[in-house]
Amino acid sequence: MSDRLSVAKTYKLYIGGAFPRSESGRSYVVRDSKGGFLANAAQGSRKDVREAVVAARKAFGGWSGATAYNRGQVLYRVAELLEGRREQFIAETAASEGIATKKAQSTVDAAIDRWVWYAGWTDKIATVLGASNPVAGPYFSFSVPEPTGVVGVLAPQASSLLGLVSVVAPVIATGNTAVVITSQDRPLPAITLSEVLATSDVPGGVVNIVTGRTAELAPWLASHADVNALDLAGAPESMRAELEGAAADTVKRVLRARATEPDWTAQPDMSRLRAFVESKTVWHPMGV
Amino acid sequence: MSLRRFLHGLPGVDQVGVEQRAAGLATRSIKKASKLQAIDTAIGLVDLTTLEGADTVGKVRSLCAKARRPDPERPDVPRVAAVCVYPDMVATAAAATAGSGIDIASVATAFPSGRSTREIKLADTRFAVESGATEVDMVIDRGAFLSGQYGRVFDEIVAVREACGQAHLKVILETGELVTYDNVRRASWLALLAGGDFIKTSTGKVSPAATLPVTHVMLQAVRDWHTQTGEHRGVKPAGGIRNTKDAIRYLVAVNEVAGPDWLTSKLFRFGASSLLNDLLMQRRAQLEGHYSGPDYVTVD
Repeated sequence: MSDRLSVAKTYKLYIGGAFPRSESGRSYVVRDSKGGFLANAAQGSRKDVREAVVAARKAFGGWSGATAYNRGQVLYRVAELLEGRREQFIAETAASEGIATKKAQSTVDAAIDRWVWYAGWTDKIATVLGASNPVAGPYFSFSVPEPTGVVGVLAPQASSLLGLVSVVAPVIATGNTAVVITSQDRPLPAITLSEVLATSDVPGGVVNIVTGRTAELAPWLASHADVNALDLAGAPESMRAELEGAAADTVKRVLRARATEPDWTAQPDMSRLRAFVESKTVWHPMGV
Repeated sequence: MSLRRFLHGLPGVDQVGVEQRAAGLATRSIKKASKLQAIDTAIGLVDLTTLEGADTVGKVRSLCAKARRPDPERPDVPRVAAVCVYPDMVATAAAATAGSGIDIASVATAFPSGRSTREIKLADTRFAVESGATEVDMVIDRGAFLSGQYGRVFDEIVAVREACGQAHLKVILETGELVTYDNVRRASWLALLAGGDFIKTSTGKVSPAATLPVTHVMLQAVRDWHTQTGEHRGVKPAGGIRNTKDAIRYLVAVNEVAGPDWLTSKLFRFGASSLLNDLLMQRRAQLEGHYSGPDYVTVD
């Protein structure tokens, strides 16, 4: 006989390694694809976005300063933990996206594989994107990629886990820190990802996850002067021009989104790894 | 003996009460135009401070430049009230702020511990004043205070007061070492009786530094001093006030506990180094409609 009451979960934000409620005290109803009740998620406000940016900035020094090898190990460990929560991710992805369990299984597996794929890149990026530059004279010049800084990520709206992993992993693999606004109507896999990150070795603040209304939060992220880059993957099409304009005021690097959401199951290339790095070129006054 | 009787005759502080009142007032919401006004008021009350062993002439000069014009792109930002430095940097600071009306505060009397002889403390004070300090921040001998030698603390404040000449005297109680609110109240009254123009919470070198409840107790002391003598004395919380939200909470406390008369740089100051950065960023956020960052405001 089972007359115990199950413990209902309170879904919260993930900022600076902690799980705060929204400063605004608001929440909103998350529904499954058929309109049934799934959960109440925290509805983040502009002040939550601001706190997330502060946390991301604070974490940037440590994360960008870690060795590429160390970042790879940390990210690989996240993949291990994702694997451990596989069943939960399958259930949430299936409910959120309205897909069959079998399809959800392959989506979750693809997401974990995607994470591992990006984890492997951390100590190879410098070799691929860096160069020793030919110069006319007995000098030595070389270029290395460095992280851009704090990256604001508007996560894809439809693909709640695979899409999310595909945009977040490259940002942090290259040493940036991220403030992620989740899919508005499908935030549950992102919330579970935050629990994975909190129990992994990723330092608090490297990834900050805010749930809520994308249209309300995105302009604050785009105009924030302490955000260095913006990924528009999940931006509503009607807002993209406005967001790009706001980002231009503080000369942010912007990764534009395609008109329709891409097929995230396709094998990724280096474009997202290349999007948020800055080339530093060093000139040696003497060749070797 | 009567000093001891008076200090111990002061009513005890209701610890839970003062903490609840401080927490209650701290929830007051100050937004939009009022917030902008509060930010400008707070900037005008800052004692921009650098008290590091690594202070250089260059650092003090750049601090003074920031004090004169906190946000160079926005000339309507008020200047700060004073800069606060060690005695050997006073001459540099005085030269760098000449003609701006900014006061030069100097810590003295074997800051921050206060553990030295009377002669050295007085010489320290005279040196600061002769170098051009218009305000002296002295520390009380906490050891003497805690062991009940109130007369000794009193005499020392009086002696330093004399050595200050025309300069204003701020008496640092170092509330983080006084243990109880009752002691804070006694030390406040002791400093007021001995002639301190300001009572200041902390050196900034001891944790906890300034807290809202402690500042409440000190504001009550200057308010009661005013009702009894008609004289206005000031309060300066210092240390640990790092952001705009905190600063506004202190302004609310000043207004509610002491009264609006105290919201002037003659009677209230913030001892702070990084607070000004956040005030400037918040000021820009209010005016520009988006959050500012260290690429646009000097964050030092």
